Order: sequence, then C-alpha cells, then structure tokens
Amino acid sequence: MKSSSLLVAISALMIPLSLGAQQGESKSVAPSLSHGGTLRIVSSLPRTGSANAQTSTMVNGIRLAIDEVGGQVDGWKIEYEDLDDASPQRGNWDPTVEAQNANAAAKDLSCVGYIGTFNSGAAKVAMPILNRAGLVMVSPANTYPGLTKPNMGEANEPMVYRPSGKINYFRVVPTDDLQGAQAANWAKSLGATQVFILNDRELYGKGIADVFQRRAKEIGLTVVGFEGTDAKAPNYRALVTKIKAVGPDLVYFGGTTQSNAGQIAKDLRSGGYEGMYMVPDGCFEQAFIEAAGDSNLNDMTFITFGGLPPEQLTGRGAAFRDSYRKRYGADPEAYAAYGYEAARVVLDAIARAQTKDRAGVLAAVAATKDFDGVLGKWSFDANGDTSSRVMSGQTVKNGQFVFVKVLGD
Amino acid sequence: MQDYEVFVQQLITGLSNGMIIALIALGYTMVYGIIELINFAHGDVFMLGAFLALTLLGAFGMEAWSPAWKFAGVIMMLGGSALFCGGLNWTLDRVAYRSLRKASKLSLLVSAIGCSFICTNLGLFWGGLPMGVFAGGVSAAAPKDFPQITPQTNLLGESAIRITQADVMVFFVTIPLMIGLVLLVNRSRLGRAMRAVAQDSTAAELMGIPVDRVIGMTFFIGGALGGFASVVYSLYNNTIGFQMGYRAGMDAFTAAVLGGIGSLPGAVLGGLTIGCVRAMSDQYLESRWTNTIVFGILVLILIFRPSGLLGSTRREKV
Repeated sequence: MKSSSLLVAISALMIPLSLGAQQGESKSVAPSLSHGGTLRIVSSLPRTGSANAQTSTMVNGIRLAIDEVGGQVDGWKIEYEDLDDASPQRGNWDPTVEAQNANAAAKDLSCVGYIGTFNSGAAKVAMPILNRAGLVMVSPANTYPGLTKPNMGEANEPMVYRPSGKINYFRVVPTDDLQGAQAANWAKSLGATQVFILNDRELYGKGIADVFQRRAKEIGLTVVGFEGTDAKAPNYRALVTKIKAVGPDLVYFGGTTQSNAGQIAKDLRSGGYEGMYMVPDGCFEQAFIEAAGDSNLNDMTFITFGGLPPEQLTGRGAAFRDSYRKRYGADPEAYAAYGYEAARVVLDAIARAQTKDRAGVLAAVAATKDFDGVLGKWSFDANGDTSSRVMSGQTVKNGQFVFVKVLGD
Repeated sequence: MQDYEVFVQQLITGLSNGMIIALIALGYTMVYGIIELINFAHGDVFMLGAFLALTLLGAFGMEAWSPAWKFAGVIMMLGGSALFCGGLNWTLDRVAYRSLRKASKLSLLVSAIGCSFICTNLGLFWGGLPMGVFAGGVSAAAPKDFPQITPQTNLLGESAIRITQADVMVFFVTIPLMIGLVLLVNRSRLGRAMRAVAQDSTAAELMGIPVDRVIGMTFFIGGALGGFASVVYSLYNNTIGFQMGYRAGMDAFTAAVLGGIGSLPGAVLGGLTIGCVRAMSDQYLESRWTNTIVFGILVLILIFRPSGLLGSTRREKV
C-alpha cells in the first residue's frame, strides 16, 4: 500500500513537468494578419486514453468551425489551442490537469472562450476557476444535470460552481435527466419488465442511473437490483452470477467506456446472460465496441444519445456532415457535431459582442437565441442549457452502431 | 438458479480469480523471500506479458485457427510470455537491482518503482503499435480486446452452474505450475541453493553458492510465473490494458502479505482467499463494498497475525 501512495505522489509530480513542456512548444505566435488583434479559444478535452478517438473528432469539428469563418471574425484573428485534460496515469480525465488547463486559460487575458469539458466530473473542477475569471465555458459533452439545474443534484448545486454569482457555463447537449428518462421509456417499449441497474459510482454514471431508476419505477418496470461497480476490476463474473440469479430481462449500466462498460458486456455474455444491455451516450464511441468485442454486443445492446448520429442529420447538420467528410475523409463520431456547435456558438458570440473581450463575449453567448444549429433551432435558457431535446437510440450490428429511432417525449 | 447453485458458481468464480492472483503473488513472495525486496515492477512485467500474448495472437492470426491449433497457440503464448517475462524480470535484476545489493533497502525500493514506471510506459508504447489487434494503435491507452479463442459453451450442458473452457484452463495451467514450483524449491539443487541464500546469503556464498546467479534465477522463475499468469488472465478476462499491472499487482501483493510474505503456500492461500472474498462480497453484500471488505480483512489478519496467515515468526524463506 506504500506503493500506491508513492506512485501517486510521483505521478503527481510528473504531470506538471510534461504539461509545461507541451504548452511551451505550442506558444509560438503566428504573425497577426488583422487590425483587431488576436482572440484565443482553447478546448480542454481528454487526449490520452480511450476517449481520445472521440476527442479527435470533436477537435476536428472545432477546427472546421473556425476554418469556415476563415480563422477570423470582424478582423480579429482567432487562435485555437487544443489542450489535453487527461493523464496517462489515470488513462482518463485528471482533476490536476483540468485545473491547470483552466488556470492557464483564466490567466491568459486574450482567451475569450473555453470549450470543454468532456466529462462532467472535469467540469466541476474547471467551472469555479473560469467563473471567477469571467471566462465563458461551452461544453460539447457534459450531461450531468446538477452542473446547471437547481434541485437536480446536491443541495449546493449549481451555485457552488458560480462563486461570482453570474452564469458563465453553457452546454449544447441535452442533460441526463432527459436522457435517463428516455432510456427507461425505451427499455419499456423494447419489452423489458425487470431491470437490473448498475452504475460506475461516478458523477455522470450514478446520476444517469438514478434518473433511469426513478423513471423505470414511474412507468411500471420492476427494478430488481441497483449496484455500484468497481471501474478497475479485472472482471465482473461474480456480479453477473448475481444478476443472472435474479433474472432481469434488461441490464442498464450508467457509465462510460472508461469505466469498463465493455468488460461488463463481455462478462454478461460469457456468464450466459441472454437479455438486453443498455448504456448511455458515454459509451457511444467506437472504443466501446472495440473494448467489448463486437460479437458480445450484436443485436442485444442499446445505446442512447442526446443528439442524432451523423447520418440522421438534416439541414445545417447535413451540411456539417458533408463538409466534415470532405475535409477529414471520415464520418464524424457522435460528439463531433457538438464540438462544431460549441465552437460556432463562441464564434457567433464574438461576432455579436459589443466589446471584443471576455465580458463582451460572455454576454453575447448568454444572449444566444434561435441559433441555427446542427440539430435545428435552439436557444440557451436561464440556466445555460440548450432548449434542444433531440435524442436517439442505437444498437450495434457487426461492429457498427446502427441508428434505431428518435426518442421523443 | 437455486441458492446452492449460486453459491457454487460464485465459488468457481472466486477460485478462478484467486488462482490468477496467487500465480502473480508467487512472484512477489519469491523475490521478497530471497532479497527482501518488494518488486513493484512485477505487476507491470505481468502486463507486458499480456501484450506479448496479444501480439503473438495477432501476428499469427490465431483466431482463425482450428480448435486443435488454437490449443497449440495457447501453449505457444504461455511459453512465449513466460520466457519473455522471466527474461525481463531477470534483466531488471541484472541492470537495476544487482548493483544495489549492498545499498539500503530503500534505494532498492525506489529503483523498483522506477522500473515499474518504465514498464508501464513500454506498455503504453506497445499498445500504440499499428496492429489489427490493437485496433490499429489509434488509441494507445485504450483497453484492448483480447479475442475469445475458446468457445463460450457450458461444459455442464443444461445445468444452471456454468463452467466454460476458460474456467477449466485456469485450473489446468495454474495447479501444475504451483506443484512444480514447490517441487523445484523443496527437491532440486537450485531450490536448495535458493533456500540457502534466503536464510543467509553470506554463509551461502562462503559455501560456494553463486549467490547472484541464484538470485537471478529466482527473478527469472518469479517473472515466468507472472508470464503464465498474464496469458491465463488474458484468456479469462479477454481485455488487457497498459494499466492492468497496477491493479493485478496490488491484488497479488495484498495476497502475498495476507498469506505471509515469503511463504509460497501463503501466497496461494492469500490469492484464493481474496478471490473468494471478492466473489462472495459481490454476491451477498454489494459490489461497491468489496474493496473495503478485502482490505478490512487484511487489516484484521495483520493485527492478530502480523506475519500473515502462513508466515512463521521463525524466518524460513523463499
């Protein structure tokens, strides 16, 4: 046990070193083309670990949005920096690194927009830091309701993230209280009657599992079990035996690829469980299929997502998908559209801002109304949430996600 | 499922997991027995063994082989990973630990932690190689799927209790290895030399025993056991990742301490205890309490038997 604390201490020492080196390299400033000066946008998303594939397509989306406006707004040059908020030690987002990213952005006064985070837990770290700095933060992926909505999470949420009392945090994705409830509705319409609910005991996973449980009870499903799992366990065979003994027809896991959704799928199949398996959008990435092995997922796995998969997009969304394909030669992953959307919200706000500084951009983002987005027209509400309610359900066939239907109220 | 069937199933799960932990724990306890070093790199050597096994599997396309050839493939992976991990562990001793024999135990410990970091990062690099089995190496840190090469059918037919080839394989590989190890240590010339070095290395040297070579062999054997364990682990769990050495190493180290570090039967007993406690806690309590229970038991045992379950106060090591 001495080992673990020592290891942690040493790794904590190493992170700032490696990070410092990275930032040093990327600070080279390009010659200014414009009379207005330079405004910077940074993103803080996990670049190390299995979330990286997903992040790459989000960053592609952000770059696409910036290039579409020619890299400048009203004569102000837009500079973009892609920060990593994960560490190899965790293979996942890391609170230390996230705090460093947020502090660095807060100190840099030319920075007017912070796009991130991917994980809701990481947002908790960054939000108060950026709030004090008055820097606008737009998340393409956080879905934990308590970040913005009162009476949804802990008693002190969301005010604890707003030390200045003002709102600086916005998100372009619908939250888990909507997604968890839609998932329960979908489970019922798939014919499930008895559900066993697992969660990874993280903010996102536990939150969405709680909502699923509440909704499942409301609509008459029997909840035969509700358990927290160990995200680092080598296997879940014992848990699967327990699940099989109570005989549910659907297992719901509130968690992500990083918290071992793939291993659970494997152990369910190898343990002889033959029912359905449902997971939220934290698993809506190719890495989930790779980790689970596609034969363990085929036809029995259902994934909800707070948005539409690329091939279902229409209008502005279809235009995004086509230019993404043209430029990167591949289909955007689920969250790429939201990365693109988040960047466009910031760019649009810079264009509308009275003063081209933090306060001006923040006010302009807050005033975003009837935005012509990839998922149709939407506005930010008083909490900073999108008014968009579009959700979809997919399954897995032959190693690919396949769209099943739009989930609605 | 009847209550007794659930219990039997959990016992099978617990023993299988426990056997794998025990096999890794043997590597810790052997090295500790002979030079009183907790070899923190052991878990990561184990992890690299799993990467080698997956690389072999991918390079030879074993997934497409016929069942008989797959059996040969498993033997090949077992042999390859055992030689590789044994050799790597031997190299660590030769390069990083041997020159510190006379230094304080703390320098040795820090050196071991350094080796652990190097191995972890090697694993990260390895996972990024552009191979099909690593999903093209796009995301080096992501968990890798270790393909299921044994069928998932229940060997007991329609029974509610489920035993697959993977379960059987765990016991078929680990039990002979453990028996072999006990025979080696108790009956062979090398084993006698190992016990002599463990008891008093200076006296052993005076008696003409090549101490450094014996210690090197101990590292090799401990590492090789880790290599066998890595293949069994991969075939059983079907997922590997560069961070798995940390968790597996921690479980195994706990098992070694629980059983009495330095004691071979102790490491096996400790591993089986942890495996079974985990499974029973998952079943009859809640899985989120499992870690608390395991470490709670460790604390209790160490209070009442500070040298572990089978550790004797009289030092009889290896």
